[in-house]
Amino acid sequence: MSIESVIAVNRFGLGAAPGELAAAGTDPRGWLSQQVNGAAPAYPVFNKLATSGEALKAYPRWIASLGQVVRGGAGESTPAPSRTVEGTFREQLGPNMLEEVAARLAAAASTPAPFRERLVWFWANHFTVSAEKALVFALTGSFEREAIRPHVSGRFADMLLAATRHPAMILYLDNHLSVRKGWKPQGLRASRSTAFPSPNALNENLAREILELHTLGVNGGYTQGDVTEFARVITGWTARPVMFDLEDTSPGFHFDLGRHEPGPRTLLGGTYSQEGITQGEAVLRDLAVHPATALHIATKLARHFIADSPPPDAVARIARAFRDSGGHLPTVYAALLDCPEAWQQPLAKLKSPIEYVVSCLRAVPALRAAQPQALYAVLRGMGQRPFFAPSPQGWPDTAEAWAGGDALWKRIEWAGIVAARVGSTVDPARLAAESYGPTMNTETRRALERAESRQQALALWLASPEFQRR
Amino acid sequence: MTTRRKALRLFGGTAAFIGLPGLAFAAPTASERRLVFMFLRGGMDGLSAVPPYGDPQYAARRGALAVPSPGSAGGAFDLDGHFGLNGNLGEMHKLFAARELAVLHAIASPYRDRSHFDAQNLIENGTAKPFGREFGWLNVALGTSDFARGHASSGAQAFALGQSIPLVLRGPVQVGSWSPTKMPVPDADLLERLAALYRGDPLLGRSFAVAREAQAMMEGRDTGDGMGGQAQPVVELARAAGEVLGKPDGPRVAAIDFGGWDTHISQLGEYSQLTRNLRLLDRSVMTLKTTLGPAWRHTAVLIVTEFGRAAAPNGSGGTDHGTAGAAFVAGGAVRGGRVIADWPGLGIRALHEERDLRPTLDLRALFKAALAAQLGLREAAIETEVFPGSRAVRPLDGLFA
Repeated sequence: MSIESVIAVNRFGLGAAPGELAAAGTDPRGWLSQQVNGAAPAYPVFNKLATSGEALKAYPRWIASLGQVVRGGAGESTPAPSRTVEGTFREQLGPNMLEEVAARLAAAASTPAPFRERLVWFWANHFTVSAEKALVFALTGSFEREAIRPHVSGRFADMLLAATRHPAMILYLDNHLSVRKGWKPQGLRASRSTAFPSPNALNENLAREILELHTLGVNGGYTQGDVTEFARVITGWTARPVMFDLEDTSPGFHFDLGRHEPGPRTLLGGTYSQEGITQGEAVLRDLAVHPATALHIATKLARHFIADSPPPDAVARIARAFRDSGGHLPTVYAALLDCPEAWQQPLAKLKSPIEYVVSCLRAVPALRAAQPQALYAVLRGMGQRPFFAPSPQGWPDTAEAWAGGDALWKRIEWAGIVAARVGSTVDPARLAAESYGPTMNTETRRALERAESRQQALALWLASPEFQRR
Repeated sequence: MTTRRKALRLFGGTAAFIGLPGLAFAAPTASERRLVFMFLRGGMDGLSAVPPYGDPQYAARRGALAVPSPGSAGGAFDLDGHFGLNGNLGEMHKLFAARELAVLHAIASPYRDRSHFDAQNLIENGTAKPFGREFGWLNVALGTSDFARGHASSGAQAFALGQSIPLVLRGPVQVGSWSPTKMPVPDADLLERLAALYRGDPLLGRSFAVAREAQAMMEGRDTGDGMGGQAQPVVELARAAGEVLGKPDGPRVAAIDFGGWDTHISQLGEYSQLTRNLRLLDRSVMTLKTTLGPAWRHTAVLIVTEFGRAAAPNGSGGTDHGTAGAAFVAGGAVRGGRVIADWPGLGIRALHEERDLRPTLDLRALFKAALAAQLGLREAAIETEVFPGSRAVRPLDGLFA
């Protein structure tokens, strides 16, 4: 068993499942490459989940109930916590969210292509849409399936376009409310509500976050003028139905020429004289292959797969592959796997809570029968409620964000419970040796041997410093 | 699932912890003064929270988002004839009247771009640059010899309320963190064995030590309330902060994160996110006061955000990212009842880049004054260690009693 194979299954994958280290052992890099170059595994567990179109069809009903909340609550000085806009969405959609979380965890726990699945997580986090925003609550899962998964082995430009035009992103970053100056709703009822006025000008939220977070990066050389101009470019990129289009029958992304600010636009040193939606597409395609984007993505990949402080040589190598291939992702991943830095330091990354819990599910198959509600509650307690990233920046990707005392304590609590429930189903010392082998510390090895029971040994292993890392 | 309180009883409560190394509470300290750092992430709209209703340009610049003047329906509370306090901040207005709340306006960090994440990072790391340092200024302050002189040497002196420690409190000095849980307490023998495993691990070993300390400090606390279903965690975290800081021999510094202030849409109305957040802020401050009890007298609560929002509304009844905004300082240690602002005005030429409220006050002037008054830091330490290169920014004078 080599250190390389331990790194392959634990750091690039999602944590060793029984037998996985042996399977990857002879050719760990080949084992990883074939996951992204071959076809994606089928996940039947996703089949019953709603598409974004299906979810959006239900919006008018929710929005109607939201109206009742606003009216019903008008006389109360302090509304009950659940009688809020968010509360209403969550009350009605809670079960769907639980199904989404359960399916995502189940897929990750048993996937034969864990590197590919980790990349799905990486990109979904790069293009964060968060259920923190009530309007997006029902769309976060479909976003991942519709905008991210199809492009994980494709081109970055295609993923960028798919993510930007997905209703979840449009609604999360308010582009359905960004309109040309002077736009008036036509054929629709204008909102008479002061709480939800009809839009009448730009909302630059999506434009700014595309530049700052999705493409060039915060130091990528754009100005406030570029943000505003880009916001004009993507006016009209909206989703149906939105607040004021209750009777819409074709749910999904929609380009509304009436909302679009016409005319050529100059930004980032170029002039875009296309008309309609093609103008935004052209800007996005240029952004997707911009050298600043290559550097930004390379830095994030290196941070995720190599070390919290990404080695500059590795970043340069990955960025070059991105630039030279025009953002062809399998080429970018190959460059990542070619970085010697990626294979030198085992256990360089602290697992995030979701990574940690999924690695437990992979290591101990009996755990996969756990109630989804319980897993959801545990992850929430650990500070990483699935689909609820705290901001458009997504979840943090460095140890100090996850290594606080409380966060560690929650993992120990979990390890204790898990071990009590399923500790008798495994041989923890063997489990540890077969998944972390040569990277295990003598102290840990000895502690597992001396544990007073299998249950205690499993708790020790799942809470050990090694197993917290990848 | 067993409740936490029951679980504690099951395992013998305090007995399991007595005599463990590294768990000694801080001895009674010389300083009674407490400092709470509450970070409103997302960019609080200062022109809504603290409307300058007396500014002749305010109503026109803000349009539909202008908070009505005091006395009108839905109007602000009056503060000083020029500034008002949003009508959702009723408890804070009472504190203002009792001179336990000061309001600062047209205040900003040195950051002049409009990224949340860079702006937050800069404010927390204490240098004038995003990512200028890997740890936070409050942690640096705890590591100074000035702080050590007035405080006990053992036990965590600071506490983060929440699952993660915000950057402002991260750094070389050990910091506790705590959030509610419903899980049973791990058994004592497992914890002892884990202590041996973590001993060789600098990162997790330290976390483990402070986690045990925090658990010991919070044990017996009934955490069943407030976190189930539609929780309002910030009020719950404020309560926990008040309890921790209220202990005579407990920590003296706490940090609370409160996100959700990025109001790009629909700020108005009973059920808007901004309204809800302002009410939660109001309740949190009141909860801190109540749970701190007599210690409130010695406490200052800094309430700040990464930037204000654009002066004019955007096209969606909300506001886009801006520059200067408002901040609050609450507590018995504050000489409140006043608004501190060098008001730049809202005329188009007065605005920063003809768009945002222009900063005339540096947040570090507030932070520096708080460090001197509440943590006993002298100017030399503040200038060289905590906020390097900030000598030109003078601490606000006379803000703390």
